[in-house]
Amino acid sequence: MKNSSRREKIWWAVISVLVLLYALFPVASILATSFKSPSDLTNGSFLPTPGAATISNYEQILVGDAQELFLTSLRNSIGISLIATAIAVVLATLCAYAIARLDFPGKKLVLTTALAVSIFPVISIVTPLFNLWRNIGLYDTWLGLIIPYLSLTLPISIWTLAAFFRQIPWELEQAAQVDGATTWQAFRKAIVPLAAPGVFTTAIIAFFIAWNDFVYGISLTSTEAARPVPAALAFFTGASQFESPTGAISAAAIIVTIPIVLLVLLFQRQIVSGLTSGAVKG
Amino acid sequence: MSSSTINKPDAGKSPNPDKAKKAKTQHSDRVKAERRMGWYLAGPAFVVMLLVTLYPILQAFFESLFAFRLTAPDEREFIWFANYITILGDSVWWQGLLVTVLITVITVAVELVLGFALALVMSKALKSLKGILRTAILVPYGIITVVSAYAWFYAFDINSGYVNAWFDWVPGIDSDLNWFAQTGTSLFVIMASEIWKTTPFISLLLLAGLAQVPDELTEAAKVDGATWWEQMRKVVIPNMKAAIMVAVLFRALDAFRIFDNVFIMTNGENNTEVLSLLAYRTSISRLEIGLGSAVSVLLFLCVILISFAAIKIFKVDLAGTRGEK
Repeated sequence: MKNSSRREKIWWAVISVLVLLYALFPVASILATSFKSPSDLTNGSFLPTPGAATISNYEQILVGDAQELFLTSLRNSIGISLIATAIAVVLATLCAYAIARLDFPGKKLVLTTALAVSIFPVISIVTPLFNLWRNIGLYDTWLGLIIPYLSLTLPISIWTLAAFFRQIPWELEQAAQVDGATTWQAFRKAIVPLAAPGVFTTAIIAFFIAWNDFVYGISLTSTEAARPVPAALAFFTGASQFESPTGAISAAAIIVTIPIVLLVLLFQRQIVSGLTSGAVKG
Repeated sequence: MSSSTINKPDAGKSPNPDKAKKAKTQHSDRVKAERRMGWYLAGPAFVVMLLVTLYPILQAFFESLFAFRLTAPDEREFIWFANYITILGDSVWWQGLLVTVLITVITVAVELVLGFALALVMSKALKSLKGILRTAILVPYGIITVVSAYAWFYAFDINSGYVNAWFDWVPGIDSDLNWFAQTGTSLFVIMASEIWKTTPFISLLLLAGLAQVPDELTEAAKVDGATWWEQMRKVVIPNMKAAIMVAVLFRALDAFRIFDNVFIMTNGENNTEVLSLLAYRTSISRLEIGLGSAVSVLLFLCVILISFAAIKIFKVDLAGTRGEK
């Protein structure tokens, strides 16, 4: 008995190491690349040559000549993604409350629409917007990205929040209404505190999706005025035209990955429940 | 139900028609208020969703009926469905469709197996490990697709990579192998990065499905002497069919619009162009708005077709499995 449980423990250790390797290896790989100097890039091994590791790539993008390109796009990405997330979460909170709580015709239509929008091929929206944005002056602006980002952040927010809201004990709201509160007051005073964790989780998931966008970012911007990080990465160039931008791209990739890893570390449990409750459970 | 049917006075049936009528009207006022409130709250989100998708796709359809290039805006001409005929008669479209379908089928199949294994590991793992494992697999989920594409690209790249050096004992791999010079090897790396990035999502959906399989059923099967494989095949998998179908459909539709990895790794060279990239190249790079819009509409129709086929064939009640009655 003791023997088998020990063997089991070893098994679990092996499996866990395999899963960790699976999940983290590509990240470690690009982390290692970000410390390679240009001449060390072709050393053919995973790590930089011992003693040759350098932080020059980070210097280049944070204080060096790629600073403009990277830091501006970082600011664009953070600003645009946060605004698109905030708008989506506010609209979705109201919408999901109505879906979970109120009886109105067309409820299923709203949910089905959210589903249809979430599987919509992004590239099909890009062509008409590209033309329209150029005509009305939204091309290469923050607003020009925030609006299409709603097609990414809004549907998932509605689904996730509707699922969260169904699990809330709504008797509290009725109790508040019995005590003389209006529907709106009952919503604000009794339900919002209970719903806040779900809203917060939804915001994280929506932010991930906006932060990840590449298609809109590369199609609807042309300068640093609005270009977000993923698109900017594709525009990195080496210090000279004979030098590849590998190191700089890797360093930038690591910097934009850090916030994701931190969010995942802090809110692992909530993110998992948000992703799965919106998808499978009722 | 329209409110007029509720309001219909049913005098004669009720012993006290006036009172009954009053009660009904009151009731219907409340129902009406609730309905109005429902649309006040859900309406804005609904309208925004339509504005950011339905409007552009209609606009795309309209523009697809014109011969129109931004480089020659004055030569815009209405040509009915000629753009569609041009595209469907061009091998570039069919090659793109083939590559897209290939990527979709292979990645989803691999992810389903891998994701199921991961879900099993996470569901059976000791309490102390669960948190660590879930945190680890959320990292690929959260990482930017472009970053993941670069990570895989640099690892395999003939100049900056180390894969050739590590695996030179495998027949066919040596330091001269340029993974991104042939179709097959390019697609291999593209699919590997896609699988790495999206398996966590599928495995979390399957994990939630696993949690809904009643423990008593597996226990009973175990008592009856069923092997692990029989338990899986006869008890666990049939009981989580809905979760599997939802996961597969969502991932398939997501894989079908693959763009980022291909753009970063090959930019469509060596016959690796996928449909999204074809649409991008036609409308954004070559500024052929008419043709590009037609590609966009066709891509959209493909997605509709896949959804309907999946719903018809597998009888997936998406709304049902996603929580609505």
